[in-house]
Amino acid sequence: MAELTTAPRQEIIIEPPRGWLQLDLRELWEYRDLLVLLVRRDWLARYQQTLLGPLWHLLHPVLTTIIFVVIFARVAKLPTGGVPAPLFYLSGLLAWNYFSQNITTASGTFLNNQHLFSKVWFPRVVVPMAAVASNLAALVLQLIPFAGFALYFMIVGADFTPSWRLVFLPFAALHVALVSLGVGLWMAASTAKYRDLMHLNQFVVQLWMFATPIIYPLSQVPVKWAWLEWLNPMAIPIESFRWCLLGLGTLSTEMVAVSCLYTVALLFTGLVAFQKAARSAVDVV
Amino acid sequence: MSAIIEVSGLSKMYRLGSIGSGSLRDSFSRWFGRNGRKPSGPTTPAIPGSRSGGDPNTFWALRDASFDVQPGEVVGLIGRNGAGKSTLLKLLSRITEPTHGRAILRGRVASLLEVGTGFHPDLTGRENIFLNGAILGMKRVEIAHKFDEIVEFAEIGPFLDTPVKRYSSGMYVRLAFAVAAHLEPEILVIDEVLAVGDVAFQKKCLGKMHDVATLGRTVLFVSHNMAAIQTLCSRAVMLEDGRITGVGPTAQVLAKYLQSGGEDSDAWRRDPAAPSAPLQFDGAKMRIEGNPPNQRLHLELKMSTNAPHRPGFLSIDILNALGASIMQAMPTVSPFIADDAREHTIKVAIDLPPLIPGHYPITIWAGSHFTETLDMVERALGFDIDTSPTPDRTFSHAPDHGYIVPASSYTYLPHTDRQTVPA
Repeated sequence: MAELTTAPRQEIIIEPPRGWLQLDLRELWEYRDLLVLLVRRDWLARYQQTLLGPLWHLLHPVLTTIIFVVIFARVAKLPTGGVPAPLFYLSGLLAWNYFSQNITTASGTFLNNQHLFSKVWFPRVVVPMAAVASNLAALVLQLIPFAGFALYFMIVGADFTPSWRLVFLPFAALHVALVSLGVGLWMAASTAKYRDLMHLNQFVVQLWMFATPIIYPLSQVPVKWAWLEWLNPMAIPIESFRWCLLGLGTLSTEMVAVSCLYTVALLFTGLVAFQKAARSAVDVV
Repeated sequence: MSAIIEVSGLSKMYRLGSIGSGSLRDSFSRWFGRNGRKPSGPTTPAIPGSRSGGDPNTFWALRDASFDVQPGEVVGLIGRNGAGKSTLLKLLSRITEPTHGRAILRGRVASLLEVGTGFHPDLTGRENIFLNGAILGMKRVEIAHKFDEIVEFAEIGPFLDTPVKRYSSGMYVRLAFAVAAHLEPEILVIDEVLAVGDVAFQKKCLGKMHDVATLGRTVLFVSHNMAAIQTLCSRAVMLEDGRITGVGPTAQVLAKYLQSGGEDSDAWRRDPAAPSAPLQFDGAKMRIEGNPPNQRLHLELKMSTNAPHRPGFLSIDILNALGASIMQAMPTVSPFIADDAREHTIKVAIDLPPLIPGHYPITIWAGSHFTETLDMVERALGFDIDTSPTPDRTFSHAPDHGYIVPASSYTYLPHTDRQTVPA
């Protein structure tokens, strides 16, 4: 038998909730291994008894891109900012899918883990964080078909060359991750209390996609609607993701700065709402 | 030395308007069920009034609980179902937050309210050990360090890389307990997890908990198994209707508990302070005659008539360890229990079917119609079956295949003439 770890004794005080944000960062750090193992569980469990396994991750955005090319580029003849349509759509879709998957998984945090949460304590916020991390792995995989498309268009001599901006891609991805975590935390908190919001959330995500420059470049947004994109916390992250991958787009420093402020605010308020919901969810869900 | 657990004035209130949580339903189903099945009238107890605290929409699952636990102590929590034990454990495990009061825990806590929480059926035993360990608060290196011990304790060696959904329930429980048993926290909070699994493994778990205790760790333990409480715990805390009504050396608290009606043992006596019913049970005793599979259960029930009532009769429910009724004995009614006598003694004999090893509580009921309950005492008594009803059986029984092992035999007719077997 191993001896007791002689780490400094921690003291846990259990008392009625007070204050509006209770988050013990040290405790969260203690549970970092749980986050890693939850991501691992996600990947292992998802592809049990599937035919193509993780290949679905590669196929899904490609198929959607093909549909988009047919509908929006060929039929509706929407401009794609001067790059080949498949590259344009795929780059936007990768970031958007990452975002929408994050918020869908995160929003079910309390409903889907009801049993677990009623039997064992751990920092609940690990669950949505693990979802975001797990989907990030999928996003990285999905860059492979993008690279394939890019290579093809370079070889056939289309109007595309990769740029030095690619080095900023991790930051753009992180930006999307943080926005989606913020939105996901909000949605998790609201659905914990009112279950039917789950349905509304799905609708909101769909509508949100069309309000975000995915099928059209940000530069095409009419001036009188531009304020809408300033309000949309996903507009700039998507645009910057595309800016990194394709080397084009309308981005200004103040836009990015405002977007970062948004993200911090979303994340912070989301965390407050989530922690508040986490305290009472076991008693009401 | 300062207390490792300090609980002062801890209270938890639920709003009944927002019932809907499984845990809440579980905790109070007995309370509601009982209230609903009792005849109404001034002589029968209504809802235990103090727990609503004046406001009918609130329920105090735990009220003003205060006690200290010193490092290295093993403390048993005892009380009837719905007394507040689970609520106290949930508060100390941080699953729910108190309405008032506070508790200070000085050390790393692991709570085990259920075995196998967070197991993923599609993952293998190996993967689930890591996942479950992390959910319970272990670091990956710790789990890796303990890995071989866990596998050995769980006795699942060859199935380590099989998805746990293909495990038998026994293997599942063994693995789950093994992970939890190797947590090595300073404070271990443990609910009735020993009710599952076969007797041999239960003994092993108790042994492991004993080891944990002797290593100087603090254990808070809830069980309906009074024998386990007695062997493991140096001190006990008794809960009644959400309040602590006894703290002290185990023997002392246990005596008080059994006197108050106890959980289930071979004797039960009505709490003299309890309100009376027209026809009520005052006491019950039981003994078992014979050895498996031929066992007979003898009950001796003392009853009294306090007011005119219709002719009554009895039924006896035998429950599984989880509290679900698995059979009901209804002795032939002749003669009825009439209200022309003040006191009654009824001797009941029940031929037990061959039961798998385990704990079987007994609920006694008296009524005048099948729908009219005069008195009912849930889990008044209880008995244990220690050996398999099948002689020479070496492998354990699993409750998910039922509790009764009917006597069976087979005739084997080998066909040595191979030509009669189709190719």
